[in-house]
Amino acid sequence: MTDLITTDFVVLDLQADDKDDATRQLVQRLAAAGRATDADGFLADVRKREEQMSTGLPGGIGIPHARSTYITEPSLAFGRSTAGVDYGAEDGPATLIFLIAAPEGGGDEHLKILAALARKLMRSEFTDSLRSADTEQDIVEIVNREVVAS
Amino acid sequence: MKLVAVTSCPTGIAHTYMAAEALEIAARDAGHEIHVETQGAAGSNPIDPEVLANADAAIFAADVEVRDRGRFAHLPTVTAKVKSAISDAPALITAAVEKAKATPAGAAAVPAAARLATKVESDASVATRIRQWLMTGVSYMIPFVAAGGILIALGFMFGGDEVVTKLYGGTYHGVTYQDVAGSLPSGINGGVDKLIAQAGYAGLLFAVGKVAFFMLVPILAGFIAFAIADRPGLVPGIVGGLLAGATGAGFLGGLVAGGAAGAIAYYLARLRVPKGMRGIMPVVVIPLVSTILIGFVMLIVVGKPIAAGETHMTNWLNGLSGSNAILLGVILGLMMAFDMGGPVNKVAYTFGVAALASGDTKIMAAVMAAGMTPPLGLALATVVRRNLFTEAEHENGRAAWLLGASFITEGAIPFAAGDPLRVIPSLMAGSAVTGALSMAFGASLRAPHGGIWVIALIGRPVFFVLSIVVGTVVTTACVVALKSLRRTVPSKVPAHTQQPVAA
Repeated sequence: MTDLITTDFVVLDLQADDKDDATRQLVQRLAAAGRATDADGFLADVRKREEQMSTGLPGGIGIPHARSTYITEPSLAFGRSTAGVDYGAEDGPATLIFLIAAPEGGGDEHLKILAALARKLMRSEFTDSLRSADTEQDIVEIVNREVVAS
Repeated sequence: MKLVAVTSCPTGIAHTYMAAEALEIAARDAGHEIHVETQGAAGSNPIDPEVLANADAAIFAADVEVRDRGRFAHLPTVTAKVKSAISDAPALITAAVEKAKATPAGAAAVPAAARLATKVESDASVATRIRQWLMTGVSYMIPFVAAGGILIALGFMFGGDEVVTKLYGGTYHGVTYQDVAGSLPSGINGGVDKLIAQAGYAGLLFAVGKVAFFMLVPILAGFIAFAIADRPGLVPGIVGGLLAGATGAGFLGGLVAGGAAGAIAYYLARLRVPKGMRGIMPVVVIPLVSTILIGFVMLIVVGKPIAAGETHMTNWLNGLSGSNAILLGVILGLMMAFDMGGPVNKVAYTFGVAALASGDTKIMAAVMAAGMTPPLGLALATVVRRNLFTEAEHENGRAAWLLGASFITEGAIPFAAGDPLRVIPSLMAGSAVTGALSMAFGASLRAPHGGIWVIALIGRPVFFVLSIVVGTVVTTACVVALKSLRRTVPSKVPAHTQQPVAA
């Protein structure tokens, strides 16, 4: 199984106008590596999910996500924004943005890794370490170390 | 507090799991135990039915329909959006705890809407697992006790005590009746028309109730074996239970049958067999071999000694006939309550009927009074100490009033089968007191059955009832005391959360 995240999917200083822009930039990272076969198609799926219910969470976290036929492998793209991007959370804009991409017909093993990631997002130790990481490689290592499918 | 929760969201890859994590953290921080079922995309991890049975409240943090919601029907529930579990899980935990407190404690209940499920916790202690096996059997048996017991009581109510003679033959007030119902449920001598013509619709109710009772021990044994060995346990368990009935081993024999059948099926299902045989193991080999083995166990190992033991007990009782009446009342009371329909009970009852036939009506009165006490004492106990009993037992307790009043001692079996070491001694204590008092007061009875419905045939009825009331209170006090002792032992239910089962 390929890695959930690589350094190519990490944007340490994300500059974006709004959440749509932020999401698009992260989607393009996945598309460039072949994880998304159609960037626009996947972006549309994420937007559709976002319309159902905004994905901003308390504590400055945004988790745009979708299960999509355009996704080949469970993947995570990560963006860190100093100014923050409004993902609709009540307590303010998101400074950590996780784009979670799941293949539509993914097997359980694939989806379990995402379940483990989602659980980690509730742990402040995990998000704090992402906030203080210095390099893209640090981010990748933290995720690979902490997110293990149960 | 023991909580269960379901989390779900439209996509099933993020919020479902974040909400689960948040609830688990919040519950742990608040000192509660929680099991969360994540109904997400990565397969579901259904909550163990035993955990469900023991839960105090449920939380639904779900944006899509909760699957199999019926499983939670017995619990107070808190419903919320999945996001509110993520943003403020402690508030949901608090709300659930409040709801649980506001609901009468039905601790350790088996879900009212019991599915064909048991799944005993695999890492529970031996004592806990045995209790879970027994409670699984009991939970399936209780509806049979209630249905059968109430039908029989109705039969007495509408048909009087002669309903028994009209169904099973004999002479009543100079009229001789044929046996028209004795071969139920395998057949009806003379057909349904004759049964109704002779015993009426009251007789029909009684006979149908008896058929439900016929299934008590098979169902108990079958589902104990099912709890131990899952599906392969059902066949040997039910057959073993039927044989326990056939050999007169009663419900204690049924407990043996269920345990033995479960053990046999459990090990057969885990035998390593050549690949070619695997296909026929579950449909042919396991049912066949386990049924042969349980047949041997129940007929030879259990059945023969019981028959011999009955003969000995009968001789021994007959030898006591002339001795102290109060002592005889104590002994008959102890015997009536020991196995409720089993061999010991049967010997005492038969002794009473034989005494009645020879003109001694006092022994019959003591026997019936002592047989009425067990269900009554337990019914009272479920009222005075609700939290010592499961939800299923509360339901059985409500029926037990009528069953006890009708001298249907079987009403106590579900309680006794679920916790024999505490319940049976309590029943024996109460019935011994009742038997002794009935003899001491000189109450008499001119019918071998019927409970309060034959009050007209009871001599010194006030004292008869008084002896039952005293024995009932003794039983209740003993049961409450013994069960309270257990409650001081910390629960063995592990605090771990479930891992997804799908691989």
